[in-house]
Amino acid sequence: MLKIKNLSAYYGSVRALSGVTMHVREGEIVTLIGANSAGKTTLLNAICGLVRKDGDLAFAGQSLMGLAPEVIVGLGLSQVPEGRQLFAPMTVAENLELGAYRRYRKESKAAINADLERVFQLFPRLKDRLAQQAGTMSGGEQQMLAIGRALMARPRLLLLDEPSLGLAPIVVEDILARLSQLRAEGVTILLVEQNARVALKVADRAYVLETGRIILSGAAADLLQDRQVTRAYLGRDYKEFTEGR
Amino acid sequence: MENFAPLLQYLISGLTNGAIYALIALGFGIIYNATTIINFAQGEMVMLGALCAISIYHVAPSLPLAFAGAVVLVTCVGLVFERLALRPVKDPTPIALIIITVGGAVLIKGVAMLIWGKEAYALPPFSGNDPIHLGPATILPQNLWVLGITAISVLALEAFFRLTLVGKAMRACAYNTRAARLVGIAAGRMVQLSFGLSAALGAGAGILIAPLTLGVYDMGTMLGLKGFSAAIIGGLGSLAGGVLGGLVLGVAEALATGFISSGYRDAVAFLLLLLVLFLRPQGLVGGRK
Ligand SMILES: Nc1ncnc2c1ncn2[C@@H]1O[C@H](COP(=O)(O)OP(=O)(O)OP(=O)(O)O)[C@@H](O)[C@H]1O
Ligand SMILES: [Mg+2]
Repeated sequence: MLKIKNLSAYYGSVRALSGVTMHVREGEIVTLIGANSAGKTTLLNAICGLVRKDGDLAFAGQSLMGLAPEVIVGLGLSQVPEGRQLFAPMTVAENLELGAYRRYRKESKAAINADLERVFQLFPRLKDRLAQQAGTMSGGEQQMLAIGRALMARPRLLLLDEPSLGLAPIVVEDILARLSQLRAEGVTILLVEQNARVALKVADRAYVLETGRIILSGAAADLLQDRQVTRAYLGRDYKEFTEGR
Repeated sequence: MENFAPLLQYLISGLTNGAIYALIALGFGIIYNATTIINFAQGEMVMLGALCAISIYHVAPSLPLAFAGAVVLVTCVGLVFERLALRPVKDPTPIALIIITVGGAVLIKGVAMLIWGKEAYALPPFSGNDPIHLGPATILPQNLWVLGITAISVLALEAFFRLTLVGKAMRACAYNTRAARLVGIAAGRMVQLSFGLSAALGAGAGILIAPLTLGVYDMGTMLGLKGFSAAIIGGLGSLAGGVLGGLVLGVAEALATGFISSGYRDAVAFLLLLLVLFLRPQGLVGGRK
């Protein structure tokens, strides 16, 4: 569904991703793990059209190269950005409404309301807080809203950037359980995490990113057994543990 | 009681000017929210509004037509200005863009001088010149027009930003441009819209004030600076702040003119501006920094 081939990304002249190749199949939960500044956020933003890039990038057979972020969302690919990035002074209802921004022109109000109900089923707490300012909610609720807002665009592929960041373990469990539920409803998921243990538990497959390169990939269950993965995501030098193999 | 009549009179003229400043201040705020720049060409939109309305009225003496025509024309100028002067900039740092708006202001003023010359032109008041007696003071119908149309514009703006999808999208862009793009809002469109909206507000201010002060090619500079001061005094980027800043400035000017001397009129704006910057830099209502 998502095919990334030899993708590099740049900030000015600095290269933050070098030749990343990976894919996500329809119906999968794939996780991308890596330490601080490995380039995880850069990869998601490159996919979404926010960062300058070269290489090949295709979603459902259509190339995403050179498309603006607002066009890419319309193709069915939404990002839940790192740090939630809510419209903090606006209400929960407004945040959700804006999530569906591109759909109002083409789709019926009923279709959008149906998705709103779907979000409330997933996160019932949001329904009680529709009139509350997004920025005044708790961290966990904000993360739920960020996911809900992304879902309002009715994505076929959902990209999440460190949804566990700064949340209590029990809240993280809850949110990740929702991701499995979403997958059962037909949403494909690419989950970026630093919290490898948690991410590998829900994912089918995983990639490990280090200083802008994919250094390891495989079935999540296998990587979870792999002691070296723990090291990799802690940011140890790759050589250190490949040489020991 | 003797002091009451002039005081009321000053208040009336202060609020009228203040309403004009408020409209201009809102233009500054809307563009600032969308782009984080100050558009120093905003005052020229006021001048263009006044002079375009006067010219249209000259050809076809209908005030509603002149009003609507001038607002549409100046809105187009605002849109074209953004498209041709700002959007093509390769490395759009705020300071580069602000300098371009200063250049744009000089250019627009120059072109206006070529078209209209240096004379001042009159626009008839919207509904006669017979003063209405209000206790010991009098109020001109045009004052009421200024206050009424400003009030309606402010309410309409508020409704636009609170209730419509596009208005909410503009606010979302101001709060978090990156997140706005991720949900599918075309940020460039919102910037362009902000220039159109601000130009329309400026034009409205110019047309409203033309019957009171005459229209002349260089009227925009001072009005632009006053509107800018009002925006800062109230809180740049806040709608309530723009309105409050405008009214406070207008009334302060009128009181200084009336009780001290008209020579102090323009100094008041800058005195208030400095005072706010020292004591409450976020502005009276506390817009964004
Ligand atoms: N806007 C930017 N301008 C310049 N360099 C950047 C920018 N954003 C990120 N970088 C650099 O790119 C590299 C990858 O950063 P990125 O944010 O993608 O890492 P990350 O894996 O998401 O890290 P974290 O786990 O801390 O979120 C880092 O070296 C970072 O300094
Ligand atoms: Mg990151």
